[in-house]
Order: sequence, then C-alpha cells, then structure tokens
Amino acid sequence: MKRRKNVFFQLASRNVRLNFSRSLLAALGIIIGVVAITAMGILGANIQLAVSSNLSSSANSIIITPDTGSRGGFGPPSGGTTSLLISDNQVREIEQAAGHNVVVPIHSGSDLIQVGTKDKKRVTIYGLDPEKVSNFVEIAEGSSLRGASSGVLIGSTLAKDQNINVGTRIKVGDESTGTNEVVRVVGILEPKGFGIDLMPDNAIIAPDHWYTSVYGNQGEYQQVDILVPSIKDIPPIKEAIDKKMNKNVKVVSITDSGALLVTINSTIGQISTFILLLGGISLLVASVSIFNVMMMSVKDRINEIGVLRSIGTTKAEIRKMFIYESFIIGSIGAVIGGLISFIGGYLLVRLIGTTNYFFTPASLLYVPYGMAIGIGVCLLSGLYPAAKAANLNPIEALRHD
Amino acid sequence: MRGISISDVPVIRLVDVRKVYKLKAGDVTALQGISFDIHKGEFVAIMGPSGSGKSTLLNLIGCLDVPTSGDLILAGRNVKDMSDDELTFLRRDEIGFIFQKFNLISLLTAYENAEYPIILKQGHMDEEGKTAQMMKMVGLGDDLMTHKPNELSGGQQQRVAIARALVNDPALLLCDEPTGNLDSVTGTQIMDILTGLNEQGRTIVMVTHDPNIARSAHRIINIIDGRVAA
Repeated sequence: MKRRKNVFFQLASRNVRLNFSRSLLAALGIIIGVVAITAMGILGANIQLAVSSNLSSSANSIIITPDTGSRGGFGPPSGGTTSLLISDNQVREIEQAAGHNVVVPIHSGSDLIQVGTKDKKRVTIYGLDPEKVSNFVEIAEGSSLRGASSGVLIGSTLAKDQNINVGTRIKVGDESTGTNEVVRVVGILEPKGFGIDLMPDNAIIAPDHWYTSVYGNQGEYQQVDILVPSIKDIPPIKEAIDKKMNKNVKVVSITDSGALLVTINSTIGQISTFILLLGGISLLVASVSIFNVMMMSVKDRINEIGVLRSIGTTKAEIRKMFIYESFIIGSIGAVIGGLISFIGGYLLVRLIGTTNYFFTPASLLYVPYGMAIGIGVCLLSGLYPAAKAANLNPIEALRHD
Repeated sequence: MRGISISDVPVIRLVDVRKVYKLKAGDVTALQGISFDIHKGEFVAIMGPSGSGKSTLLNLIGCLDVPTSGDLILAGRNVKDMSDDELTFLRRDEIGFIFQKFNLISLLTAYENAEYPIILKQGHMDEEGKTAQMMKMVGLGDDLMTHKPNELSGGQQQRVAIARALVNDPALLLCDEPTGNLDSVTGTQIMDILTGLNEQGRTIVMVTHDPNIARSAHRIINIIDGRVAA
C-alpha cells in the first residue's frame, strides 16, 4: 500500500497555519454566524418543545369564558344580557351542545394565604367538582379531593416555595379580603406548566362546595371546560356553542387549546426564523470576509501558483488547493462555533427555562445543521478565488514578485 | 497525456512560430516566424538581448504558452492540438524547468520541493528514494533536506530546483538564465551539473545572455527582435 499524500491539502493547511491570525479572523466570522444560527435554533426548538409539551396535556379541551369584549368599549350597550360569570343555565346550554363529552364548570379567584408564620402570599384558588379534578391534574403526593371534606390540593411550585407538605394547614384570607379560613392540604400536584384551562402550579384547588361557601358565586362560574377525546371533535362543538349562546350578542368566548398550540408554535416558529435570518446575515458578512481572505491568499501566492502550474499541476488541482483552504477555515470556524453553541445553547436554555428538551434530536440537530451551513458558506466564498487562482496565466504568475 | 514521449527525433520542431500578445495599448509581436529543430541529446543555448523574445520562446517550448500561429511540434504532436491538461501532463512528465529565481515553494522543505513532481505524477510519496538520489546527485547533503528555501543559499536553492526538475526523469530540461542569480563560482558548479546531465543524454535548452555560460552548449540560437538571427 503506497502512502498517498494529499499535497494540496497539506499546502492549504500550511498556508492557513502560516497566516494563522488572518485565517482565524476569517473563521471568527463563521464562528459568530454558526453560534447565532445554532444557539438560537436550539433555544427556539427548546421553547417550542417545552410549550408544546406543556400545552399538549390540555390540548383536547374547549374553554368557555364570559365575553368581556362587549362590556364597555365602543360597541352598542349590551342591554344586560352579558355577565362576567357563566350561570348554571348557561352551563346546561353548554352541556347540551357538548353532547356526551365531560363538562367541568370552574370557579376561580385569588386570595391571600399564609403558611405558619411565613409572609402572606396571593395565589389563585380554583373551585372544582372533586369528582372531576382527575381530568385536569395528577397527584404527586397524598390523595385527591374528597366529596364533603374541605381538604385542598396544592400546586407543585407553591408547595416548594412555601415548604408545604401533605397535612400542612394553610390560612386563607385575612381582614382585608374578608375571609378567614383554614384548610388542610391533602395532596401535592405534579408540575403542569402553562395551560389555558388551569394553571395549577402556583395555585390551590379546592372542592367547589368549599369555594362557594367561602366566596359565594353559587351557580356562577368563571369558566367552563369541555374535555373532548380528540382534537377533531373540537370544531363542531365550538360551532354548536357559538350558535346556541352567541346568537345575537357575543356572550361567551370560546377558546381551544389546540388552536392556541398552533398559534404559539407558529409564533415561536416565526421568531426562530427571524433569529435564524439574523444568523444568516452574520454568515453573509463572514462569507465576505472569507472571500476577502481567500482573494488575499491567491494574491500572496501568485508566484507559487505559477511554479505549481509550471511543474505540472493542473488547473483542477490548483482549484482544489484553494477550496481546501476555505474548507479548513470553515471547518475551524464551524467546529469552534458548534462547541460554543452547544455549551452556550445549554446555558441559555437553562437560563430561560428547562433543559429537559436540550438533549433531544430536534434541539441538537441545530449543531450539525449550523456547522454544515458554516462550512457550506466558506466553500461558496472560496469558489471564485479558487477559480481565479486556477485560471491565472502561468507565465504571468511566474513573473510576479 | 501519459505515454507521450519527446525522446523521438527531432525532440522539438518549430515551424514559422509567431507569438503576439494582445494588450490594451495594442498588439505586441514577441516572435515573428521562428523555425528550427532541436534533436535528442542536444545542448542548445538561446541568446539574445533583453526583449528579443528568447524567454517567450522558452515558455512556448515548455508548453506554458501556445503559439499565436505556426506549429510547435513536441514528440511528433502539435501543441495546438493539445488540451490544457494534456500540456500540463507533458510539463509534469517530460519537461524539467530550471528558473533564474529558483522558484521553490517557500512553504515546503528542500526535500518536499524536490519530491513534489513525483507526488503529482504518481499520486503518492516517493517510495523508491528517487528524490534523495537526485538531491545527492546535485550535491545536496542529507542535512539540508529538511531546510526551507529561505534557509538555503542561492546555489543550494538552484540545486534543489535541478533535483525537482529531474525527479520525473524528463527527456527535456529547460533552463531560463539558470546562473543569473548566482556568483560565478556557484554558477560554474551549476553549469557543470547541467553539462553532466547532457552528457548522460538529456536534451537541454537554455536561455542566457552570458556568452561564457552559452559556451557550454553545442549550439547557440541567436534571437533578435523575435527572429532567428542569421
């Protein structure tokens, strides 16, 4: 086996080494471009994955809330047909429209709570039919709500912040809010994240009978959720409720988490595209710098090109030598950029949210993707200088000092 | 273009070769109808004043350029029928160049410079020791092999250039003022090497304006104003 020696690659890498600072500056542009594309791509993908995952748990629900748009503003007087709460009668209308799907009326409000001698804190309090709680949340510790008891469930973040355990007693309300109750924690919830039906992580979920006994609003609800088995069931139900309830005046707003998911994903997608575009612009700037470095390299080596041509180097081989050079600069930039993006992306994702989705293909794919773009840009920038070098007249090149 | 051999007789034939450079300021005629033959084993000196066209002539014979008109026949093939790659392979395999300015690649060591044409031709490193053999033949010791050109004297650089010109065993050596940048003692040593190579049967065409150097040749072709002087 003969030892093959890619003398053109060797010459190219020697030239990069010899003009190290110039090559490094050119590579710096690529590093910045690769980092911009990769780190931002990773960040976008992680946000998208986190939001999708959080939202997908409530993806198959329709949320009906009283329409606040027709109160005030420039519209005609509502004539008292709208209310800030949804009544029992309206719940029945919703139930009719929802068919056999589960309908959950939800009370919600906020109040001050105090655990032991800790500072008071304002939290959201939900009032739900204990039978239906399991449709929304999962219990991490303890048990779920029971019919007649006044035990409550505590969101994961709230439990952690206030050091609440199963069995802890919480004081709800004070003189300013007019309530003064003590409830016992029966269960701590699993983290749920952002949702449009319930956001229980920093909230208390209490039985509906306890809620109405403390805050009133018997037979009136802040929102009603319809749980559907499939996202396909959402449009006909939405349409039926809209037809039934918003006949003349818009009484209720109907939202579904599936549509929200699509909107959020599309918004994140647009932001990611915009950031990638910014990365693309920095790569464009980098490509101009690589082009410049390569043109200088050709100019510096005109005599060498003449010698190489005179002793039997073909045009294609000269071209190859310069393309290798831009490939080496691109690879240095891409590898350093890829490493920085990997570490920087991880830190950025950690700073902004969870790193649960960092080591997933959808997120890490941006590293090779960014690197490949970086190398590709370098190769493209090197094409013209390489062609120029290959097409130099050997005699003129030999005469060049 | 492997397989072309210019060892057949005559090695070089020029028939009414003209070379015109088209410049913005107007056409410049460097050669105006040159005809001669060079035979195998000859040592020919091309002489003439500056601007007479002797270097242009050497560049044409070395396939670095092609005639504007007329025929330049190398080993029975007319260069105007050959592609750029074919001319390149002919330079690589059958022609060795020796320049006044040595023209070594500054990035490579002396050994790598001399080895380069073998790698170009064979696609791998010199495994047969041809490079070392050639370097020894031109009087370069092992200690100089790893030196870069800027660490060598003019004479040593020209010896490396001669070794480079010889590694692919070319039939024709083209020398453009090979002693022009050397002192007289070193110049004589270089001429001794060239004379020795010619005695071994290699055809040499040398451009010079120094009559003392030209005396080493068998035949002198004088070029004046782009024509062969009578």
